[in-house]
Amino acid sequence: MIELTAAALIASITVLFLSIFLGFELIAKVPPTLHTPLMSGANAISGITVVGALLAANAQLEGGNQTVAAILGVLALILAMINCVGGFMVTGRMLRMFKRKEN
Amino acid sequence: MGWLSYSSDLGYLVAAALFIVGLKYLGSPRTAPRGNQLGAIGMLIAVVVTLLRMSGAEGGLIGLPLILIGLVVGGAIGAFMAKKVEMTGMPEMVGLFNGFGGGASALVALAEIVRARDAFGAGRAEGLGPTVFVLAIGASSLIGWVTLTGSLVAVLKLNGTMRKNIFLPGQNLLKAVLLLACIACTVGLIYTPGNLLLITALVLAAAMLGVLFVIPIGGADMPVVVSFLNSLSGCAASATGFVVGNNALIISGALVGAAGLILTGIMCKAMNRKFADVVFKAYGATGSTDTGEKRTVQGYEAEEAALAFDGARTVIIVPGYGMAVSQAQHVVRELADELERRGSEVRFAIHPVAGRMPGHMNVLLAEANVPYEQLFELDDINSSFSECDVALVVGANDTVNPAAHTDPDGPLGGMPVLDVEKARTVMIVKRSLSPGYAGVDNDLFYRPSTMMLFGDGKKKLTDLLGAVKEL
Repeated sequence: MIELTAAALIASITVLFLSIFLGFELIAKVPPTLHTPLMSGANAISGITVVGALLAANAQLEGGNQTVAAILGVLALILAMINCVGGFMVTGRMLRMFKRKEN
Repeated sequence: MGWLSYSSDLGYLVAAALFIVGLKYLGSPRTAPRGNQLGAIGMLIAVVVTLLRMSGAEGGLIGLPLILIGLVVGGAIGAFMAKKVEMTGMPEMVGLFNGFGGGASALVALAEIVRARDAFGAGRAEGLGPTVFVLAIGASSLIGWVTLTGSLVAVLKLNGTMRKNIFLPGQNLLKAVLLLACIACTVGLIYTPGNLLLITALVLAAAMLGVLFVIPIGGADMPVVVSFLNSLSGCAASATGFVVGNNALIISGALVGAAGLILTGIMCKAMNRKFADVVFKAYGATGSTDTGEKRTVQGYEAEEAALAFDGARTVIIVPGYGMAVSQAQHVVRELADELERRGSEVRFAIHPVAGRMPGHMNVLLAEANVPYEQLFELDDINSSFSECDVALVVGANDTVNPAAHTDPDGPLGGMPVLDVEKARTVMIVKRSLSPGYAGVDNDLFYRPSTMMLFGDGKKKLTDLLGAVKEL
């Protein structure tokens, strides 16, 4: 578990809210043609939870709660990796198909 | 550890910055491939930084073998799926990845609270850190499990395994009870963080909530659900950021959460439906509003229909979900090319909720090599139908139904639709006269200016293409 000061918590909440506003601004004017790649690319970015999964999986299997936690962590890691590796690759595949008119 | 901690925080900042620029670049066709690459690079940096940080911390990378297994297995499965998927299977694939993202966040939260059981013992979560930790676990579990099970149900609906939209009496009440149960479990966990029963109840309640959330919704409401689940997968990552105390997760998750919400809003607006109505009053389950009046309509053969293209100056093609089902996008493009060769101007009109996910038609037509400049949005093309010789509707129904204008109080009332009725000739390729998702009969089918071509989209269009070549 993490040590947490009130100042650090406030800082994190600040970061959270600013990121939400930034997200709204970034996406507001995306043309419909790109809606699917945008969604699948954004979804790949939500695979950032892979960082949390790495932290959770980093334990030795010595029985008890720590072992259960580590196994859950590895499962999380697998899902997160499918999400981000698969997500970025499939988005790339889609985007390579979007072509301009040949002159 | 000090310098390593600070420099790894800077590494996370670089990753977050790459995600932000990447998302920005994803907003324009020219820069989008670069944006996707930047996102992938950001993710690689985040993973490497985390591994370095763990190796330098107390205890080191003790779980390295397990971690390598997870990285390799997950990466390989992801790469395999991404390479193998057909473009027509894209809605399911995006839905599944959404679910996995949410599931990963939920599993991290579960792992962390199980691990903390040793530290908490029989005591309660005291002080700011532990309290925030438990609250964040509650949020991450709730959102994460809902995302996972909701997405899995959505995938079953998208690939046609689950055809019925189930709406039980009291379903909304049950959803409220489950939501309250999740909150109650979280509050309970503050007092007894090691309580396995509460942890299990939280997981089960959230998982059930996800199922109940999506089972009543289907068909044309799917783009709304898919984008909302996309948003949730981001929110889950953000909540997990508070669990493990990592700003990279908080920032990236929030960006994705916001992006998904914007898409959800766009989809709702395109259907003239409130989000709450989609979730709580799914009309996919209410069945059709059959007026009892039986009208007959004559179907046309491809040869007769092809004559309408003879000398047509402008043709607008309107694709719908039916095009995706019959995988007719390639023959549609061939027909468009043939018509252009014969001197017609051909454009595509794309309704924002055509298909089963945002941008569905655009992806399919891109796969068939239709340049994106030939695709037009509703607002940009609607005024052109009145000057159009032939509007060719391929497997679309609700998105071209004039009832949106003529019956303002009906289920489609006020929905922005493509005004194909204004075209000189409307040609509709469709399997049957059955009403669309909204359950409203389409008056367009019965009009004298309309030619109905009944049958499988791909087959009918192939016939039509052959007949046009004979002209």
